Amino acid sequence: MLELLAGPFLEFGFMRRALAGCIVVTLGAVPTGVFLLLRRMSLIGDVMAHAILPGVAAGYLLAGFSILAMTVGGLLAGAAVALAAGFVARKTALKEDASLASFYLISLALGVALISIKGGGRDLLHVLFGNIFALDDGTLMLLGSITSATLLTFAVIYRPLVLECVDSAYLGVLGRAGALAHYALLMLVVLNLVAGFNALGTLLAVGMIILPAAIASFWCQSLAGMLATGLAVAVAGSYLGLLLSFHADLPGGPAIILTLGGAYFVSILCGSVSGLLMPRKSTAPIPES
Amino acid sequence: MRQLSVDIGSHRVIDQLDVSFAAGSLSAIVGANGSGKTTLLRTITGLLTPTTGSVTIEAGTRRDLGYLPQRSEVDRSFPITVHDFVASGLWSRCGSWRCLSAQQRSAIDRALIQAGLRDRQRCLIGSLSGGQFQRMVFARLTLQDPGAILLDEPFNAVDGRTVGIMLDTIARWHSQGRTIIVVSHDLPLALHHFPQTLLLNGTASCYGATRDILSPSRLADTRAKPAAGAADIPAVGIA
Repeated sequence: MLELLAGPFLEFGFMRRALAGCIVVTLGAVPTGVFLLLRRMSLIGDVMAHAILPGVAAGYLLAGFSILAMTVGGLLAGAAVALAAGFVARKTALKEDASLASFYLISLALGVALISIKGGGRDLLHVLFGNIFALDDGTLMLLGSITSATLLTFAVIYRPLVLECVDSAYLGVLGRAGALAHYALLMLVVLNLVAGFNALGTLLAVGMIILPAAIASFWCQSLAGMLATGLAVAVAGSYLGLLLSFHADLPGGPAIILTLGGAYFVSILCGSVSGLLMPRKSTAPIPES
Repeated sequence: MRQLSVDIGSHRVIDQLDVSFAAGSLSAIVGANGSGKTTLLRTITGLLTPTTGSVTIEAGTRRDLGYLPQRSEVDRSFPITVHDFVASGLWSRCGSWRCLSAQQRSAIDRALIQAGLRDRQRCLIGSLSGGQFQRMVFARLTLQDPGAILLDEPFNAVDGRTVGIMLDTIARWHSQGRTIIVVSHDLPLALHHFPQTLLLNGTASCYGATRDILSPSRLADTRAKPAAGAADIPAVGIA
């Protein structure tokens, strides 16, 4: 039994690296996801995941399979799309969701076209779905730096971000902190997607951001509870996903996301907050007579 | 406010408005739906930019404004406790970093007790009733301690007891010399509790003593003649 659960990690360096990489990515991705979920911006994560692709592809075209070049490219492309979509939404009649949807479809097409100019299908698959078993020291350091930056940023923007989520008009009157926190969150989404793409690929990276947060929302109502549950779920999901991948010979990224997906379906049914099988507790406020 | 006009999209919501709210005054803003009451408040706070004209705030900056938006603008499903929500009134003094001093903690406590919410301070804001919620927002305003207070429809859909508490709070703020502007649909309430009234009605807006602007005879007149379109207030210029 122990052999089944711990053996692969004791025996193979690439499994240990994969697990370390996942945990590092998780630490930054989960808080980002919890705030996206609470701000009802979950789909933004998906949009940005597509948006970083042409940047990654451009890095790949210019510098070959260099993690650093692809990461910088992804960051630039993600930031550009986030700002451009926000700008279009403010200056034209198009709503922000429609504007983001348009931008990400264009980005996806551009990214796939760029990659196929140079590489074969194998490279394309690698970028889209990642290769968690190929993390080298440099990549792990990069992931660690991104996560550290994310956690430090959250420490700075935590209060204004919470207030901005609850009551943006209140902070809007008192200054710019709310708007700054909002843009900082968007930048953190891009940053963590770029970190995630190294492990899970551009398309699945968003799963590590959204799924743990969505699962946590079925079990906890407080913000601290959601953050802690989300982290625990994501770490457990990474570990079990890697085991599944090893024993069932599945690719790593999809195995992790599928494990989290399983936890998500269990939560939909049994979640203590609003699970389908739980006795209905009215969360609506009790009217005063 | 001088020659203030505000457009939303291509629609001119406020047209050439000239009003001056005296320091320490207590005013109501009344007007039909769509007459620009909320727009006016949001322009004063700086959340909207005037198309023409200007808003001048004497003796103080926008940071000295307390603004209570309509309740629908607050995300009540966000998991924040009543205590933390009220404590956010100290944002201007604490910002993103500073800890709460013992003095500030006791100020938060006092505000919670005044609002009758002390035993609910660990609850999430989503579990409060409409009246409790409104009292909580008032507690935050009290803590914020602003020189001027703008309230948008604070009495909507709250019970009588809460309206009483809120009116008492407003009277206390008034006696402390704060400038208070309240948007309200409730004309009798404006008549009884607000010395000054601004009636928003396109270019025929007017500001003055409430009993002149909303004289009982004129109110009766309006009720008898709902033919003035969708307006729930007189559509005539006032002397």
